[in-house]
Amino acid sequence: MFDSLSEKLEKAFKTLRGQGKLTEDNVRESVKDVRRALLDADVNFKVVKQFIAGVEEKAYGQETLRSVAPSEQIVKIIHDELVDILGGQNAPIEFRGTPGKLLLCGLQGSGKTTLAGKIALHYQKKGQRPLMVAADIYRPAAVKQLQVLGKQIDVPVFHVDKKPPQICAEAIEYARANNLTLIIFDTAGRLHIDEELMQELSDIKKKVSPDEILLVADSMTGQDAVNVAAQFNETLDFTGVALTKLDGDSRGGAALSIRHITGKPIKLVSVGEKLSDLELFYPERMASRILGMGDIVSLVEKAQETIDVKEAVKLEKKLRKEAFTFDDFYQQLQQLKKMGSLESILKMIPGVSSQLRNVDIDESQMKRVEAIILSMTMEERNRPQVLNGSRRARIADGSGTSIQEVNRLIKQFQQMQKMIKQMRGGKLKRMIPGNFFN
Amino acid sequence: MGFSFKKLAQGLLKTKENIVSKLKTAVGLHKKIDAALLDEIEEILISADISVETTGKVVDDLKVRVAKQGIDNSDEVYGLLKDSLTELFSFQSGDRSFFEVVPKPYVIMIVGVNGTGKTTSIAKIARRFMSDGKKVTMAAADTFRAAAIDQLSIWANRVGCNIVKGQEGGDSASVAFDAVAAALARGDDLVIIDTAGRLHTKLNLMEELSKVKRVIKKAMPDAPHRTLLVIDGTTGQNALQQVEIFNKLLQLDGIIITKLDGTAKGGAVFSIVDKFKLPVVLIGIGEQMDDLDEFNPRDFVDAMFA
Ligand SMILES: Nc1nc2c(ncn2[C@@H]2O[C@H](COP(=O)(O)OP(=O)(O)OP(=O)(O)O)[C@@H](O)[C@H]2O)c(=O)[nH]1
Ligand SMILES: Nc1nc2c(ncn2[C@@H]2O[C@H](COP(=O)(O)OP(=O)(O)OP(=O)(O)O)[C@@H](O)[C@H]2O)c(=O)[nH]1
Ligand SMILES: [Mg+2]
Ligand SMILES: [Mg+2]
Repeated sequence: MFDSLSEKLEKAFKTLRGQGKLTEDNVRESVKDVRRALLDADVNFKVVKQFIAGVEEKAYGQETLRSVAPSEQIVKIIHDELVDILGGQNAPIEFRGTPGKLLLCGLQGSGKTTLAGKIALHYQKKGQRPLMVAADIYRPAAVKQLQVLGKQIDVPVFHVDKKPPQICAEAIEYARANNLTLIIFDTAGRLHIDEELMQELSDIKKKVSPDEILLVADSMTGQDAVNVAAQFNETLDFTGVALTKLDGDSRGGAALSIRHITGKPIKLVSVGEKLSDLELFYPERMASRILGMGDIVSLVEKAQETIDVKEAVKLEKKLRKEAFTFDDFYQQLQQLKKMGSLESILKMIPGVSSQLRNVDIDESQMKRVEAIILSMTMEERNRPQVLNGSRRARIADGSGTSIQEVNRLIKQFQQMQKMIKQMRGGKLKRMIPGNFFN
Repeated sequence: MGFSFKKLAQGLLKTKENIVSKLKTAVGLHKKIDAALLDEIEEILISADISVETTGKVVDDLKVRVAKQGIDNSDEVYGLLKDSLTELFSFQSGDRSFFEVVPKPYVIMIVGVNGTGKTTSIAKIARRFMSDGKKVTMAAADTFRAAAIDQLSIWANRVGCNIVKGQEGGDSASVAFDAVAAALARGDDLVIIDTAGRLHTKLNLMEELSKVKRVIKKAMPDAPHRTLLVIDGTTGQNALQQVEIFNKLLQLDGIIITKLDGTAKGGAVFSIVDKFKLPVVLIGIGEQMDDLDEFNPRDFVDAMFA
């Protein structure tokens, strides 16, 4: 299940290197794998069909490039096509006037109320004065839920004991009277086939004319995402999509389905339960995720935020040259510490999130690893092959650890080097040895 | 087949292109059972969120049935397909009714990823046991999500059962422990434990759930008697990952699948039983407290094709 697409294609194309053109046969073979990968990722089967047809057309007759494997070439074509459909660049949220008005809608439990809090926090940080409106009068304690969130971030919540369209209309008055600059309307979860409640949304839209209407969709949604999105779009003509729960390991094919069926951009991405867990949508990352190629782009970007860019470039070069040493590893640990919890970092690496389940990352263990490396001479760090028995004993002594621990670290380090090598070959799986830090 | 089957069927029917009409069109186009027809059947199954892998198995099984019964008329393929699908659940056919509970208190722990319908399902389960004349205690062990305790309290109030709760941000295991202890002392028939939604990929949160389970045992050694995973019926292939990890960490006894009143087919359950042989016990078919039914494979398959 976790075989990445590139890995599968690698297999299919082993024999193909340097064969000239991408032919119908070899394209067809790989297309079968792509189809499977997309279906496994929950892309709607009809969307898959159309997508595949487009890719085939693009792929036929392309010269195979000498510098890359045909599999990589096909993955690139597919990846680019996916990025294209997902929407070349990220689409901003736009407010036409003051107060700005944003309406959230979607199926039950998709994450609307939590998202309301996240959006409020986001704009509050940018200097806006947001108001959240509790227009879910059905779910038990829905109003309370929003109030609790409001309190956490010090954002007012508006609610009166009336029908949702009326609540929303009065909220605008309230915002004006209190000099608030942005209104976020939280509505009840509803089925797209519930005519009465869909009509209610329609009425709300009429009453408040929102600048933005976001369909909040759970990234774990399966084939039905197309029906849901089509119906909400028909009723509301929403302006964009927010994709939630992307902190999990779903492949998120629903994103492609929704985008394909409605043409509406994905504007926000929700990646956790905390109110700060909100991100913009990056088509590149999503494409990689759907194809099962991991979120390398996110990882690199995250690294860039906190890591010295020069350092990162140097490291990348080393990775490519297979010249990764203990010293690099030590530097990387220091950088990692700056980036945040190890778990969140590792999760972005392809294949690792599934592995993480079997791993407990003990951050205190990191200290012992550091101590061991620091007890090595520069030569030892750069050329681990010189680490014979007596050197190992000295290192154990110096770091206050045991020979067994030193041996284990060296062994794991060698494994990691091997994996980095595989990564270069496009095999992104199992890059980090699971038991490094326990 | 009660009222809820009708409701289930209604929901599934509302899809503009429901499975049956698709299948009928497919069958209409192919007089003979040929590769093209089988391809279309495969597509239909995949469109119901049945995994590619399980779909392959079902289609293979269908081929065997077709050959064995010497059928070459495509009209009959439909009945055989239903048989193939129903067959996946044969391992759970001898199970007793969910609502026959033996030790007292009978402790049910409800787990699942965020927003699947755990809290609402607990209300529905409690409601059903209450109307059977049982005494029920709910444990508000989701101390994490905003207003989760209030939500369950409102349901307890509506249903008219007991509830044990702690502080928001408090220790969920001790709430669960207190609930079981209280139920033992009061002589209640059931304890149903609500837990916070959490993604299976978050190890530390999952560990917290294991702890809840361990701590309950201190109050009652053989509890919880059932640990049930709630799966959102609209979920696609990720349902399999959810089952795998929750099962590994908490040794599940069964699955509840919710939100089948929508247009999603809930086909993930076929892949789940195919892969994990975990019984599907209950289905959720609405937001109200009566919108619950026992899972019946034949009804489920029929409703899918109704
Ligand atoms: N892991 C994770 N959980 C999330 C995310 N967004 C929301 N949740 C959780 O999902 C559950 C449902 O979220 P809500 O915000 O209540 O969803 P809703 O759409 O308002 O639900 P209804 O109002 O009942 O339709 C809660 O447990 C949230 O904490 C996310 O991005 N990641
Ligand atoms: N249509 C429909 N909605 C449901 C069903 N079951 C639950 N819901 C709705 O789904 C939303 C989430 O339900 P909850 O019971 O709060 O879910 P939960 O799993 O407890 O959520 P967290 O505790 O936040 O993880 C609510 O709006 C419920 O009313 C169902 O069978 N059908
Ligand atoms: Mg809500
Ligand atoms: Mg809950």
